Amino acid sequence: MFELPLRIVRNPAPSVAARGAAPLLAGVALLLTLAAGFATFGQAPLRSLSAIFLEPLSTIFGLGEWLLKATPLMFCALGLALGFRANVWNIGAEGQLTMGAIAGGGVALYIAPALGIFGMPAMLLAGMAGGACWAALPALLRTRFHTSEILTSLMLVYVAQLLLAWLMHGQWQDPQGFNFPQSRAFDDALILPLIAAGQRATIALYGALAFAIAAWVFIRRTHRGYAMLVCGLSPAAARYAGLSEERSVWWGMLISGAAAGLAGITEVAGPIGRLQTSISPGYGFAAIIVAFVGRLHPVGVVLASLLMSLLYLGGESAQVELGLPAAVTSVLQGLLLFYLLAADHFMGLRLARRSVAARAT
Amino acid sequence: MSLDYPIALCTATAVAATPLVFAGLGELVAERAGVLNLGVEGMMLGGALAAFAAAVASNSLLVAFLAAAAAGLVLALVFAFLSLRLGTNQVATGLALTLFGSGLSACLGRGYAALPGKALPALHLPLLSDLPILGPLLFRFDAAVYCAVLLVAAVSWLLFRTQLGLMLRAVGESPHVADELGHPVDALRWGAVAFGGTMAGIGGAYLSTAVTPMWVEGISAGRGWIALALVVFAIWRPWRVLFGAWLFGGMTVLQLHAQALGLAVPGEFLSMLPYLATILVLVLICRDPHLLRLNQPAALGRAFRRERWGS
Repeated sequence: MFELPLRIVRNPAPSVAARGAAPLLAGVALLLTLAAGFATFGQAPLRSLSAIFLEPLSTIFGLGEWLLKATPLMFCALGLALGFRANVWNIGAEGQLTMGAIAGGGVALYIAPALGIFGMPAMLLAGMAGGACWAALPALLRTRFHTSEILTSLMLVYVAQLLLAWLMHGQWQDPQGFNFPQSRAFDDALILPLIAAGQRATIALYGALAFAIAAWVFIRRTHRGYAMLVCGLSPAAARYAGLSEERSVWWGMLISGAAAGLAGITEVAGPIGRLQTSISPGYGFAAIIVAFVGRLHPVGVVLASLLMSLLYLGGESAQVELGLPAAVTSVLQGLLLFYLLAADHFMGLRLARRSVAARAT
Repeated sequence: MSLDYPIALCTATAVAATPLVFAGLGELVAERAGVLNLGVEGMMLGGALAAFAAAVASNSLLVAFLAAAAAGLVLALVFAFLSLRLGTNQVATGLALTLFGSGLSACLGRGYAALPGKALPALHLPLLSDLPILGPLLFRFDAAVYCAVLLVAAVSWLLFRTQLGLMLRAVGESPHVADELGHPVDALRWGAVAFGGTMAGIGGAYLSTAVTPMWVEGISAGRGWIALALVVFAIWRPWRVLFGAWLFGGMTVLQLHAQALGLAVPGEFLSMLPYLATILVLVLICRDPHLLRLNQPAALGRAFRRERWGS
């Protein structure tokens, strides 16, 4: 039988270019899927795609919305990526974000007004502490009782959201709020300044970018960052080298928790301006995908946050323009991750010359 | 004192436990084959919507359960293709499946939210259902509750009393050794994942046709994740899944009846109970590392790729 002299083999160490190309391939596949979807429902594919993805970006306000939604994704995903590198699977960022909003919001409502110019730092620190404490629980349970942080961190998402709902229906509800489940508005002095007039993105964006640089330095230039990488790549090698897995878990959980908490408080002290029962359209879950699409690398995560933010914007304009439900965003998110994982597989293959010995068998 | 109320609590517990039994048992089989599928929540939601929609369209509950099984199966096959055929990270793939399934069910289910559902009728067994106390306690459930218990027995028998079960467990412990012995590792894993998806779909169907016969977005409310925790709680043994599901079912029922019993605890805190209980039982099981190491399938979550000689 005739055999091609080339065959497909697995490349044990795909090049940086191959790893970087996979997200692009996944993005293209997602766009093609969308175009096919529009075509089947009788819409012009190109026009619909540009209507939901490009037109929102044609105004200053729209560009601001893009950056606004990218900011919490950056915070959450940068933190998660640090953990994922070390095999620490924090998937409860949504809950840590909620706890950050609760802790920071509590300070903003009841303590910060008395602190003067220290009010805002106190509020932001409380947000980070709230998220970090919520992430400390799964860390404690994993290091002390060997409990999978995947399940415990996820269960705590539901608990945090119920806690927020309880506060918004009772203790912290705005007495003048016509019984809406929300707190009173934060003082103007506690609302984060905007980066430019005529849009809603706040200086939290600069914070997220600074965090990206800090994360890069942590990974590349610190002993702890290196130790976490080894723990992730080869737990056995890490143990042999005397690197503590427990410490990786603690660092991974606490950093990602604090970052998610910061995302939460900057959302409520930014575009929302108060506490309310729904504060996040699933940023904490979307950040898991962002971390993977960004290749767990700070620069990649920043770019992937912008991409995911565009998906949120696209989902919103699809609701308005095409009457699709809000959940279309999470369908797109799920699809994107499927495509990315598949693209990773195909980018990890290469063509190799068939050896004479192999051909003989 | 009338026994009606305690009996009602017990039967409500069994009803609340049934979707967890189906989903947990399916995941148990997949994990016994070494595959960790975190997409249970997504597959349950897919099944719940498929069942509801099929019941509305056909007015037949048999069709509804078949549609749910098919929906769960299709979603599981997507997972199997990615994680088993392409060897992608099982944790990430499962998460993607949950996001995809919950998003898709919310999208497609929009038109069904206001419609009245079709509820699974209780069986009336001659003589048995009319017994005093035992009748209402044991013999007036719908068919799915009995099926769930029979399924536990069937899976237990299959896993521990048949050659197929032995092969499946071998694949979960050491796929390479199983492969060397000539067992079809990939086929067994595909089968186990497909079974898991089918069962998660049926569990979802039970939610939207019996527990609460209606469709709302996110109807499963984390039950898929609780089913995953249940498998750990059960240390990968079928009968313990049943026991654990009753425990969690009881928790949900207590939460609903607490206000009726006059407990002055806010509803939100009662709603936290199943999630907190999940964490608690995970800690109780996992704190003994030997128990975990002895019972957890050794190759759980690891991709299998055959090393080819001469290449």
